[in-house]
Amino acid sequence: MIPLSYYLVLSAILFCLGVAGFLLQRNIVTIFMSVELMLNAVNLSFVALSYHFRLLDGQIFVFFVMVVAAAEAAVGLGIIIAVFRNRESLNVDRMNLIKW
Amino acid sequence: MTTTVLLFTLLKVIVIVFVVLTAVAYAVWFERKVVARLQSRWGPTRVGPHGLLQPLADAIKLLTKEDITPANVFRLVYFLAPALSVITALLAFAAIPFGPVTLVGGVDLFQIANLDIGVLYILSISSMGVYGIALAGWSSNSKYALLGGLRSSAQMISYALAAGLSLVGVLLLSGSLNLRDIVNAQAGATWGFIPHWNIFPQLLGFFCFLTAAIAQTNRLPFDLPEAESELVAGYHTEYSSMKFAMFFMAEYANMLTVSCMVTLLFLGGWHGPVFGPALLQTMLPLLWFSLKVLALLFLYIWIRGTLPRFRYDQLMAFGWKFLFPLALVNVLLTSLIVAYRAD
Amino acid sequence: MYEAFFFLFALAAVGFAVNLVLQNHPIHSALSLIGVMASLASLYLMLGAEFIAAVQVIVYAGAIMVLFVFVIMLLNAGEEERTNFSRLAGTLGVPLILVLLASIASIVYRIAPSDEMVRFGDFHGRTADIGRMLFRTYLLPFEIVSILILVALVGAVVLARKES
Repeated sequence: MIPLSYYLVLSAILFCLGVAGFLLQRNIVTIFMSVELMLNAVNLSFVALSYHFRLLDGQIFVFFVMVVAAAEAAVGLGIIIAVFRNRESLNVDRMNLIKW
Repeated sequence: MTTTVLLFTLLKVIVIVFVVLTAVAYAVWFERKVVARLQSRWGPTRVGPHGLLQPLADAIKLLTKEDITPANVFRLVYFLAPALSVITALLAFAAIPFGPVTLVGGVDLFQIANLDIGVLYILSISSMGVYGIALAGWSSNSKYALLGGLRSSAQMISYALAAGLSLVGVLLLSGSLNLRDIVNAQAGATWGFIPHWNIFPQLLGFFCFLTAAIAQTNRLPFDLPEAESELVAGYHTEYSSMKFAMFFMAEYANMLTVSCMVTLLFLGGWHGPVFGPALLQTMLPLLWFSLKVLALLFLYIWIRGTLPRFRYDQLMAFGWKFLFPLALVNVLLTSLIVAYRAD
Repeated sequence: MYEAFFFLFALAAVGFAVNLVLQNHPIHSALSLIGVMASLASLYLMLGAEFIAAVQVIVYAGAIMVLFVFVIMLLNAGEEERTNFSRLAGTLGVPLILVLLASIASIVYRIAPSDEMVRFGDFHGRTADIGRMLFRTYLLPFEIVSILILVALVGAVVLARKES
């Protein structure tokens, strides 16, 4: 048996690792993946709290988060492809112009 | 969980893996034989009677061949990819029931795990299968392999959608995601001879799923990821020896999974006439199940022997503009009928 | 046994996440993220959320991450050199992240009931119940989210299209 708080702390650790990846990585695809990691971490605490309250609402919220993540991934990767066509690089430091 | 149950389960897993791998080896033999007959040839005849020992000879050949690792591959991913394909292909069998509940020592003999979300489990495991192919294509560092990997990942995502949607009709009719419940809902027959199989009310869903599944398993006429005439061998161009054999095994294991799925969801699983003494009564469902799977494998090979390969744009257009809307129409029709009946 | 599985998957998730942050080739990061997602799916199963676990693997690991891997393969950009690596992120960001983690952990320990133990099989979120809730209580959000995904679909097509 595992205390509920372990799940919540695990979720916090994963979230912080996501933030770290977001700050430290220079590759835009990896930065994007760090955002997905943060979303996943939040999902874990939703599911853990859904268990705690014996309510399914948390799981439904996770479902919505997944849908939003899918939408975000589709648009985000479209943007990445469009940027790569113009800049030939995935490094965010090179993307310092709003217009070119 | 007692130790005996654990031991029994472990034994069951080993037996099922062994059976599946043997079935995979003989599926290759079966395919060569059937395709040969379709083309007025004999197929393998030299090793054993009717070439029945050919799979063994093939295995020895593949195992003893030199294992070449090209110089510029991304090593970790290159070694990981074939393992990933085989593992995902074999994992799917964990949820497949091969026969009715037969308890020995508190353990169900014909199924490893009776999952409440059996259909979703198999869909999710098969959706992981794309990584083996995509990563193999990418890590080989070769243009043919990369093109094969790209093609397969696009193709598998596109057709996974149609495959998943075409199953919704069956799920609506049986009201469960549990494979055992779905099969049990198909027991019995109208007027004593027309079985209650889902294929009759779900003919559209059956064709959508079968087509999408053929595309997902990269078989002809949808085998563009490994189209010989343009891509050498596609994603496994740079693989040799046992690593090549693993992709081969994964492909045939996936064929078996799809055949099992179609049998369970549309063809009534193990249901069929049961008669005779007690031992025969427990074995007959297994026989019906295997016969149905075999018939579907034959259909697979028949299609392979008959149809030419699609062009890639045709394949994508077919998936998105024809199969996907068709599966949606099927969902709509089925849900209307279910709602009408519920009133 | 249950504890062992929790720690196994929790350690796997954290290990993969650390690997994601440290790798400098996107495909390795993507593989690590798939590992995180698979571990989380196993944790969801232990929390009685089997539908969410299956959807996690199908949608996240099987579709979204395939998209990522596909884009990485398509662009085929090698390892990125860390040009003028933001020193601010390293010197200020990492300590601040640690502060964030510590504060979250302390709040969790203060608020979360210490007697609440997670037992396998205590709570079983059945798929039928989730469906019923989704299409009754949460019908409006469901419809809004479906419009959102339609907009995203159109947006992605417009963005990825080659200008002729």
